[in-house]
Parts: sequence; C-alpha cells; structure tokens
Amino acid sequence: MNNLKVLFNGIVRENPTFVLLLGMCPTLATTTSAVNGMSMGLATMFVLILSNFIISLIKNLVPDMVRIPCYIVVIASLVTILQMLMQAYVPDIYDTLGLFIPLIVVNCIILGRAEAFAAKNGPVASIFDGIGIGVGFTLALTLLGSVRELLGTGGVFGISLWGEDYGMLMFVLAPGAFLTLGYLIAIVNKIKKQ
Amino acid sequence: MAYLLIFITAIFVNNVILSQFLGICPFLGVSRKINTAAGMGAAVTFVLTLATIVTYLIQTYVLQPNGLEYLQTIAFILVIAALVQMVEIILKKVSPSLYQALGVFLPLITTNCCILGVAIQVASNQYDSQGLPFGLLPGIVYAISTALGFALAMIIFAGLREQLQFARIPKAMKGMPIALITASLLAMAFMGFSGVDGGLKTLFGIE
Repeated sequence: MNNLKVLFNGIVRENPTFVLLLGMCPTLATTTSAVNGMSMGLATMFVLILSNFIISLIKNLVPDMVRIPCYIVVIASLVTILQMLMQAYVPDIYDTLGLFIPLIVVNCIILGRAEAFAAKNGPVASIFDGIGIGVGFTLALTLLGSVRELLGTGGVFGISLWGEDYGMLMFVLAPGAFLTLGYLIAIVNKIKKQ
Repeated sequence: MAYLLIFITAIFVNNVILSQFLGICPFLGVSRKINTAAGMGAAVTFVLTLATIVTYLIQTYVLQPNGLEYLQTIAFILVIAALVQMVEIILKKVSPSLYQALGVFLPLITTNCCILGVAIQVASNQYDSQGLPFGLLPGIVYAISTALGFALAMIIFAGLREQLQFARIPKAMKGMPIALITASLLAMAFMGFSGVDGGLKTLFGIE
C-alpha cells in the first residue's frame, strides 16, 4: 500500500476519535484546554509510532498465543520511557496530565493499531500508520480542547478573545467534555453524509 | 466515619466515570441493556478490589524497598492481566454460574483504564482520603466504593439508553453523539453532589 495513503487514512478516513471512537478516556479527560489536549495527543503519538515500529519488527518472532502480553510489555516499556522523558523535560505538562500518562498503556488505539496494522505490515508502513493515526488523534484532541477552552474561558491556547470576564465553567468541567464531543461527532456525521 | 466519607465521596462526588473519566470505553460500549451493564459493574467491582490489594502489596513490599518505582506501570499492567486470567480460570472451576454471568466481560477488563488508574492512585497515594492516613484499608474502601460508583453510573446510563430507543432523534445524532449528550446531562446531575464531601467533613468533625 502507498505510504501516503496510509498516512492520510489515519488522519481523515479512520480518525481514531471521530470515526473509530477509540481512546475515549484521555480524549475526554485531558482536553480541558487546547494545550493540554495537544500535549496528550503528542504523547500518545510518540508511543504509537514507536510501538507500531517495534511490533512490526518482532511480529514474526512472537508466537501467536502470547502476542497480546508481548505487545503490552512493549507498549508499557515505551510509556515508562515517555514518563521519564516528560518528568525530566516538561514537568509542568507531566503534572497537569498526571494519571493519564501511565494510562496510555491501556489506550485502545495503541493496542488496536498493533493488532490491526503493525502485526500485518512492514516497519516503514507501520511508522506511517503511527504518524497518521497519531496526527489524527492529536488534531482531534486539539480541536476538542480549543472548543472547550473557547466556550469555557473565552480564549484559545491561553490567549483571551472575548475579554477576561467571560466564562462558562461547565465546558471546562466534566459535562462539557461529553457535550462538546457529542456535538463534534454529530457534525462530522452530518458532513460525511453529504 | 472517615471510611463512610471515602465511600460517599468516591461514589457520588468524584464518580469514577462522570467526573474522573476513567473507564469510559465500557461505559459507552456495553451500556445498551441494564442486564449487561450490571454484569459489567459486578465484574469490575470484583477485579478492581482484588487488583488494588495485589498492586498495593507489590508496590509496598517489592518495588519500593528495591527502588524500582519506575517499573510501576509495567509491573501493574502485567499483574492486572495475570489476575484477570486467573480470576477467569478460578471462576470457571469454582462457580460456573457466576462465570456465565461475568465471563464475557472479564477479557475486556484488562484494558479498562479504571482498574490500572485506581491501582496507581492507591499505590502512589494520589486519591482524596478525607483526612485518613493512606494505607491498605482506606485503599480497599476507596477501590470498592469507586467500583460501586462505576456500577451505579453504568446502570443509570443503561436505563436512560433503553428509554432513548423510543425517542425520535435527528439522523446525524443517532448512536454515539446522543449517548455522549445523555452522559453529559448525567454528569451535570452528578455535579449536584459537589460540595457534599465538605459538608460531611464538617458534620463528622474531620479536618
């Protein structure tokens, strides 16, 4: 398959958030602002690209019976590396995302791509798939975070647009996450039908 | 009294699904019928309590004395995966009827983030223990209450979705969008409990 096609497949046609509806926990929990959503997306992309690459390399060495535990060990090791890197270089973001960094291990997108793509394709195509799905996820999280931040605090990326006294706290809190994602998916459905 | 406070806070105020966003996948995925939602809730309660005890012991007696805290994520996910397998095998042998009720849900639980999430919260003392010292017993109370909060949210949500089948919904909103908006209203309802923990703290005289 063409690598570019694989790349755009992940961003648009198989967008993990709006189309495949995978990885909902970090999607809802970490998108309180555009920056938080983007950081979570990039962190997931890091693990996804490397796990896709490593798993496509070892797929022939691992017996079929124990492949899922092996994949999980690979993913968990990558997440541990990511945790250490983030703690060292971006401690602020590490503290904000908190529990959801180790929880990347159980993000269904990563194991899902390992099973659906990396276990069947070569290393180069797998890297492109990781980049595609990762960018799709990052874009979706940044969009969701921007909408919530805009409605909740009246700014995007910390830049205030509608003045300081504006604020709808609900969109930063839990109900706003469900509501915003619900409407965004509805809009995507509507566009797809046309 | 403080245990009661942990119990109430974990179920209503800091509900694991509706305010902490852990375990959204089963919440959206297996909530079409009340029966399956209750089954999933029971399976999570069972595994979550066991997993919290085991991972807490591993953290305190294996990882910490040897300075291996950085292995927490790998160790915990392996323990949880092994535990789920073991529970499945034991249930099949000991209580086939319970296995029939919970069996389908057990493999799904390994990748349920509320298990790993709560295990990490308890093992690294990151949850609100309402003035109690952190430790195994408050951790277990917290795990059981969290799991009951999960089951409660699942069952309420499944009940709402069963009613939703008879409603007329715009085409683009069908399926996941309307489910998410329902969840949003449910989360808003649960926000009504915020502040209850503070009031109870004063009532019980814990500070």
